[in-house]
Amino acid sequence: MNLGHGSGAGAASRSTIWDYANPARFMSATGRILPAASATAGGTLAVGVFWSFFLTPDDYQHGATVKIMFLHVPAALMAINGWLMMLAASLVWLVRRHHVSALAAKAAAPVGLTMTLIALATGAIWGKPAWGAYWVWDPRLTSFLVLLTFYIAYVALWEAIDNPDLAADLTSILCIVGSVFALLSRYAVLFWSQGLHQGASLSLDRESHIDNAYYVPLLVCIAGFVMSFLVLVLLRTRNEIRLRQLAVRTARRDLA
Amino acid sequence: MFALYLRDVRLALRSGSGTANALAFFLLLVLLVSLGVGPGREGLAAVAPGMIWVGTLLSCLFSLDRMFVPDHDDGVLEVLVTGPAPVEGIAAAKALAHWTTIGLPLTAASPFFAYLFSLPAGAYPWLVLSIAMGTPALSFIGMFSAALTFPLRRGSLLLSLLVLPMYLPTLILGVQTVKLAAVGASMLPVLLFLGGVTLIAVAATPFAAAFALRANLG
Repeated sequence: MNLGHGSGAGAASRSTIWDYANPARFMSATGRILPAASATAGGTLAVGVFWSFFLTPDDYQHGATVKIMFLHVPAALMAINGWLMMLAASLVWLVRRHHVSALAAKAAAPVGLTMTLIALATGAIWGKPAWGAYWVWDPRLTSFLVLLTFYIAYVALWEAIDNPDLAADLTSILCIVGSVFALLSRYAVLFWSQGLHQGASLSLDRESHIDNAYYVPLLVCIAGFVMSFLVLVLLRTRNEIRLRQLAVRTARRDLA
Repeated sequence: MFALYLRDVRLALRSGSGTANALAFFLLLVLLVSLGVGPGREGLAAVAPGMIWVGTLLSCLFSLDRMFVPDHDDGVLEVLVTGPAPVEGIAAAKALAHWTTIGLPLTAASPFFAYLFSLPAGAYPWLVLSIAMGTPALSFIGMFSAALTFPLRRGSLLLSLLVLPMYLPTLILGVQTVKLAAVGASMLPVLLFLGGVTLIAVAATPFAAAFALRANLG
């Protein structure tokens, strides 16, 4: 197994994902794919939003407000997947001590937090005409508010610790333990309130609940959000790596 | 480890900081809520389960930032962590001492506070049982968060930011148990879930906290 450290020509025969744990390899590879990835993300998002806003019919019950779904569903999806990505990156950091992994988790947190905010805000805008209130204490809505507090706690812990490796250690363990309690509160709120929120619109194992006229543009929007998330996280990870390199160089210069 | 537990309990009782402060805070909260909600028995009874549980959460929270800080300041914590006892055991002993000095007195005092809030009589045993079953989770989760933040200068504010989201499952299930008991409905499944959350917290957090303690002490 390639350990990922200093993987140069010797590792080229059997390339694995761990090669990119080397910051130099990560920077060069992501530098090459970022322009294309950014264009794809922007293009997909533009097509998806235009299609869903202007080319889909109004719903027979909800009218034009149904179009909020095209932002709400992808944002909610990425809010949860962003946390799962941070969880995976935290585990990789704890097990294999790859700095890129820790920095990717750090970079993903504000993006995931923003996705949570988008999901909550679009949900509130939709809730006013559909349910008659911007906010109701529904299990799903409450779970998202809880997710937001977990994101805030995670970001706050990163900000509070000066030593970057210690911060990576402590935030990783917080992410893992926090995931357990976030999941527990997701199911605990079901005891607490009956929901107004509809069931899942999309499912991998069941027949979809929505018509193809909405389904296809929704998938395009989801693809746009996934790509945007990836691009933003890569950009922020690259920034973090550069900041670390800058700190090292400044320290070296001050010593000289 | 048992010696550490006894030492922590003794320190908390003699300094009078932990137990007395938590109970005094709870009494003040009861006073504040009653003045805020109004003296009507129905209004108070309606908010009683939630307020008693929120009070329990906050009383536990305020004593957490002193769990590791004094031992860290005088170097005892470093001696403990580098010593022969497993760090997981030290973490568990700290949490147990916190529960003995905060959770247990709050459990014992809860019927008194419930009476001030005019809780329906049938709910008393379930209130006491739910607080007895829920407070260990509060102590262990709090101990883990305190292990993350004790060396930080502005640690106590951050601590509440970390702790409260993780307290939510216990709060929801605890309040729901008492609410169902107050109207005479079956609360046993909820109470068992509350116990489950506590067992998860007790089983998992000493290991996570030991990791955080070792990382923090470098």
